[in-house]
Amino acid sequence: MQRQVALIKQSLLDQGYLDEQFMELEELQDDANPNFVEEVATLYFKDSARLINNIDQALERGSFDFNRLDNYMHQFKGSSTSIGASKVKTECTMFREYCRAGNAEGCLRTFKQLKKEHATLRKKLEQYFQLARQAGPKETARRPK
Amino acid sequence: MDKGFSPVGLRVLVVDDDPTWLKILEKMLKKCSYEVTTCGLAREALRLLRERKDRYDIVISDVNMPDMDGFKLLEHVGLELDLPVIMMSVDGETKRVMKGVQHGACDYLLKPIRMKELKIIWQHVLRKKLQEVRDIEGCYEGGADWFTRNDETHYLGGGEDVSFGRKRKEFDFEKKLLLQDESDPSSSTSKKARVVWSFELHQKFVNAVNQIGCDHKAGPKKILDLMNVPWLTRENVASHLQKYRLYLSRLEKGKELKCYSGGVKNMDSPPKDAEFSSLIHKGETDPKQLASSSVSDPSSDVHMPPKAKKTRVEFDPPISSSAFDSLIPWDDVIEPKPTILYESSFLQQQPLPSQSPYVANSAPTLMEDEMKPSYETCVNADEFLMPQDKNSTVILQDLVDLSAPSVISSNVTNDTETMLRSLNWELPESHHSGFIDTDLDFSWIQNEHFLANTSGNFQNFQFQDYSCSPSLLSELPPHLWFGNEPEEYTLMIDNGLFIS
Repeated sequence: MQRQVALIKQSLLDQGYLDEQFMELEELQDDANPNFVEEVATLYFKDSARLINNIDQALERGSFDFNRLDNYMHQFKGSSTSIGASKVKTECTMFREYCRAGNAEGCLRTFKQLKKEHATLRKKLEQYFQLARQAGPKETARRPK
Repeated sequence: MDKGFSPVGLRVLVVDDDPTWLKILEKMLKKCSYEVTTCGLAREALRLLRERKDRYDIVISDVNMPDMDGFKLLEHVGLELDLPVIMMSVDGETKRVMKGVQHGACDYLLKPIRMKELKIIWQHVLRKKLQEVRDIEGCYEGGADWFTRNDETHYLGGGEDVSFGRKRKEFDFEKKLLLQDESDPSSSTSKKARVVWSFELHQKFVNAVNQIGCDHKAGPKKILDLMNVPWLTRENVASHLQKYRLYLSRLEKGKELKCYSGGVKNMDSPPKDAEFSSLIHKGETDPKQLASSSVSDPSSDVHMPPKAKKTRVEFDPPISSSAFDSLIPWDDVIEPKPTILYESSFLQQQPLPSQSPYVANSAPTLMEDEMKPSYETCVNADEFLMPQDKNSTVILQDLVDLSAPSVISSNVTNDTETMLRSLNWELPESHHSGFIDTDLDFSWIQNEHFLANTSGNFQNFQFQDYSCSPSLLSELPPHLWFGNEPEEYTLMIDNGLFIS
């Protein structure tokens, strides 16, 4: 089971959903905080949902205040680096480029993509954590066979 | 192990509006064996800091926060509390980093932040302490060879390198000095409490400076005497004076920059700060523009007279005004009123800056007085033809207009330069001024921590609080390092020494 968990994680990394920040988080996990990574991820998805909402609203208004949008995205990007959400981060960067270029169409398109990546990552991580919990704490894997 | 300084238990205050990062940083810092306090709001952080002044050793703050600009927080903390501050951001753009450094950040970290980066933040705290020691030493007036004075040998512990004060100190030696201080009960530097410069205290300070003004011999001792505050030490006054001068110099630069609009990034600032913000925004222009214009077009704004080209980018003095405002125990509200004073006095043909509420109180002329004579006594007077000239007002108006930057003559930059020079360092024109000015300017921005004085006449004053990255230091050829302490300048005047 542990192996399965490890494989899933590896594939997430390989496919670029996550980057080494995720590994760093795992390093931080210890006895004092055995579910640290999951807690962080939960926090991230909660907060990022709020940010996505803000941006959605801003875009719906149709006024395209690029400065403001850029600001939101800056926040979002910062947040996404926290768990190593690599693909999401890429979309953020692209969005900001479009903002700077004043390209409303580009912004809309990118944001759609961003939301998709965000949702995908969320699902994958949920699966991952569920499995990880089932597999039990990592220490058990070191049980001598 | 040396007694005195240990990274363990370093008291860190982390400020970040992103809850995810706050959680991560807390964990990381705890893993470094630091004592961590987290805070999601800048205002809250300031409150915490002010409440218990000696409660924290270092502050780490994000740059982008909704309730207050990270740079503003940085200034508040630096000026009021004199704590080292590290900035963080996901954005590593040079101009932002530069801005951080200009505002006194001792480091600028990029997110995602790694453990290894946090493991070494304690060096900033140590460095700061060492600087404080040097500050104090530097406050002794009168002569370059105070190291050999008997009453000070205890600092050196005897048999130390006498050139200690002249050259850039060896880190170990500095540490030793610091530790000696701490173990020496008679040492005034050990565990000195931080002085909080309240409004009243600062007023006294400014009044004292004004009084001395005309003589322009405003040295810490005289100021202290005039202030007549029994518990205040000369060292306290000296370091405050240093900051004050830096603040004024930033105001001056701000005057210049005020005219440059340009790609204004919409920064989040509270409505109350609107006026200052607008100043900030106006002042903050596309650095590329500025930099390139300054390099390519000698007659454009950012320039000093052709001899001395500024190639650095200047930013945001209004932020420093506001930082000073916070010396008043307000809740970081930057009152519009002072800003108005700033603007109107600026426009009204003030040849010299007098924008801070403090300075405004004590009359703009103070500064002028303080400065005028200094020009005369300083270097080549023609450099410093004070913009009492007719041009001032016209230019200022145009500046505000900002649509015609080319109209701005170098007189305006003369303004800044001269004022800065009078306040701070006198650069002999005989030196390769262009280069030096650039470096000097750069050093001002950097808070000159790394500038050591190698030139004989200067004592080893270390300037402000924050350290700069060593790489910056290495960019400066040693002969250009100056002890850039305002006191030096005064000392120079006092002793009639100035480099000409």
